[in-house]
Amino acid sequence: MPPDTPPPVRAGLELRNVSKYYGDLAALVGAQLRIGPGESILLYGPNGAGKTTLLRLLATVARPSEGEVLFDGSNVRQHAAAAKAAIGFVSHSTFLYGDLTVRENLEFFGTLFALAEAEKKIAAALEFFTLGKRAHTQVRKLSRGLQQRVSLARALLHEPKFLLLDEPFTGLDAATVATLETLMRQLPAEGRTVVFSTHDFERGAALARRLVALEAGSIRYDGPFEGRSQEPGVRSQ
Amino acid sequence: MNSPLPWGEGVPLPALSPAGAGRVRGFAVTNQNRRARLLTPDSRILNPNSVRSLKIIAAVLAKDLRLEWRNRETLASVCVFGILVVFLFNFAFESGREESLRQLPGLLWVAFAFAGVLCFNRSFALERENACLEGMALAPVDPGLVYLGKMLANLIFLSIAESVIVFAVSLWYNFSFVPSLKWFAAITFLCTLGYVAVGTTFGAVAANLHMREVMLPVLQFPVALPIFIAGIEASTGALKGDPPSSYMSWVKLAAGIAVIFIVLSYLLFEYVLEE
Repeated sequence: MPPDTPPPVRAGLELRNVSKYYGDLAALVGAQLRIGPGESILLYGPNGAGKTTLLRLLATVARPSEGEVLFDGSNVRQHAAAAKAAIGFVSHSTFLYGDLTVRENLEFFGTLFALAEAEKKIAAALEFFTLGKRAHTQVRKLSRGLQQRVSLARALLHEPKFLLLDEPFTGLDAATVATLETLMRQLPAEGRTVVFSTHDFERGAALARRLVALEAGSIRYDGPFEGRSQEPGVRSQ
Repeated sequence: MNSPLPWGEGVPLPALSPAGAGRVRGFAVTNQNRRARLLTPDSRILNPNSVRSLKIIAAVLAKDLRLEWRNRETLASVCVFGILVVFLFNFAFESGREESLRQLPGLLWVAFAFAGVLCFNRSFALERENACLEGMALAPVDPGLVYLGKMLANLIFLSIAESVIVFAVSLWYNFSFVPSLKWFAAITFLCTLGYVAVGTTFGAVAANLHMREVMLPVLQFPVALPIFIAGIEASTGALKGDPPSSYMSWVKLAAGIAVIFIVLSYLLFEYVLEE
């Protein structure tokens, strides 16, 4: 399926002919992707398609083997601090210290991100994600779903312009899923971008306006969701 | 439209230098102003970036200290291991005064070296859990500051362990360090600083490798060897009561290695953090 021409976008995040190799394994090959403000993008593909690798490259925690990752038109290395301040990333790993409490983890990341009025923002985040009663509980003692909520709070604390979510619904209860879905719909309206991956195509299609489909490390489709009610690659009956 | 995030405005982005890129590269004291400056391309006194840098280092250090206080695994294992080494060596060697003066510096630095391996491995085991090192890489901070915070934490842990080991040695070998304590402590601190500078970097490198517990000593010991030799030679001179001038060259060697590795590691740590 030939990739559609991506829509013209203002400055944002861009993968320019990016490949990522882990030894002999080509996790991502020749990826071209431009992401602008206010977009809602679903990364879709089977296991091993390269979704997580793509998100990690956008989040700047992985360095491309070939090509460039651009932020606002410049190589992300040249403006690493500005890029990282604009990006929030939720991954399979929570990035949380198990022996620290929920509040201590958020305070630590608040310091790293130089948050103004950090205490107020942390308190608001704890309330938003219904973590108030768990604020002084060590993360290690929380369930997977609660840890995911704390991870979401951590990623959103600094109000990133680009929110990258790798299968964010995993382990969440229905109430938190509803909260997250509401957030994912509202953030693009105020100019923030959400890029997420999920194995639930229907849920993703309901939330996103743009589909990027990957297979075997390559982007097979990049375009609007309009008119696509079925998963890419699924033959109609 | 109201923000769906109810906690206010976005984070102010870090100020970029007029060149459009970069991070704080070093320290300098100018002749024009007696107050110490942290020089950036802007050369501002008490640069906000400088204060922020110190806050980042303090946050990483405080985080490690808090984690250690909660689980107490690093210090306990490092101290027990060091005492075990001293205890076993006690049976291997004679403990007369002259023999002790020859053996003790080497014994101490063997114990310090392997205690350090445990310390660095444990330090980054905590970061591997839940990919916390990557979490710090997500933040808009100079990776070198993360290195400095981790290095200071390891310096504190290893220094505490070394104090316990030295105390154990003084008991088992019936040897008093008090007459030469000032110089011995200074030499040990300086050499430990160099060792921690090396070990923290290689600990981070080895954290992502298979067989990391084996790879860490394989990687770091060849690089740290000059520090161990300097520590042994300088300690021997100090414990014998020799004049400091007789072993000052070893002290300078240890200091030079410490400075070189701290600077190199600070500059290169971003490559360690990234995949």
